[in-house]
Amino acid sequence: MAFLWSLAALIPLDNYGHYIHWGVIDISVANFIVVVLMVLAFLAALFLPFPGRNRRKESR
Amino acid sequence: MSTAEIEKQWTTRLRKRAHGHLPPEKLLPDTQPAYVSSWIYVFGVTTIAALVMVILSGIILALRGPQWWHSSSVGHFVNSTHLWSVEIFFFAMIVHLWGKFFMAAWRGGRSLTWVTGVVTFLTSVGTAFTGYVSQTNFDSQWISTQAKDGINATGVGSIFNVLNLGQMLMWHIVLLPLAAVILTAVHVLLVRVKGVVPPFEETNGASK
Ligand code: HEM
Repeated sequence: MAFLWSLAALIPLDNYGHYIHWGVIDISVANFIVVVLMVLAFLAALFLPFPGRNRRKESR
Repeated sequence: MSTAEIEKQWTTRLRKRAHGHLPPEKLLPDTQPAYVSSWIYVFGVTTIAALVMVILSGIILALRGPQWWHSSSVGHFVNSTHLWSVEIFFFAMIVHLWGKFFMAAWRGGRSLTWVTGVVTFLTSVGTAFTGYVSQTNFDSQWISTQAKDGINATGVGSIFNVLNLGQMLMWHIVLLPLAAVILTAVHVLLVRVKGVVPPFEETNGASK
């Protein structure tokens, strides 16, 4: 537990949030990271092979 | 009662209609078409799983109340479970939405599936918002006082007052979750009625 608390201390939560300003786009770094992760999950879902796919084809 | 009379009963008619649209083997099928074996199809069911966790953790929060979730370690844990399930819920729902958008999954008479998805999304945003203002901490005070001007500017503030904690809590724990769950059920039943949309090359370009 103490270990987990020390890990949490690595992320400073007591400061102002960080923001990215890009033309009309204003987004917090935290939200930007989540959007990047969603795009990565989307691409991974398209390109990673689904387990059991070949096995199912053979049985047809 | 004669057979003709039985045929006219609303129970008989409703059962026959339900059975015609959604026979048990379509409701819970044994197999799916080969193209469904892709990770992109996992995100719809991930969204359901996250929604189940949101509701279960929400029920525990409702049972114990704000005092408990603010001050006990188990309360913090259940509160965090609730929040992080919501994060996973929106994450999975949006990847699901992108998947359905790029496969144009509203083809072949599936527009209502898409539309119920859109309405579920909007309902979920409202549920999350009323949740943020129902926390009963400085965060929720800040969010509601910031939001009130925007909401009042739309005129909606006359019936939906973000500074009214009782009203916001009711929306968050009764009305909106009920709507979200019913909409999700209709959404998934519609998918079962129509079956999973075939890939582009298999539709002969005829159906839109
Ligand atoms: C609470 C949120 C939602 C849940 C639980 C949910 C769940 C599901 C599930 C389980 C399926 C079938 C399996 C799959 O393809 O993943 C599905 C299909 C579908 N979803 Fe959602 N969904 C949600 C939100 C949305 C949203 C926001 C949209 C788009 C605006 C959407 C559009 C669709 C469409 C068009 C299909 C039909 C796909 C087909 O017929 O092949 N859904 N949904």
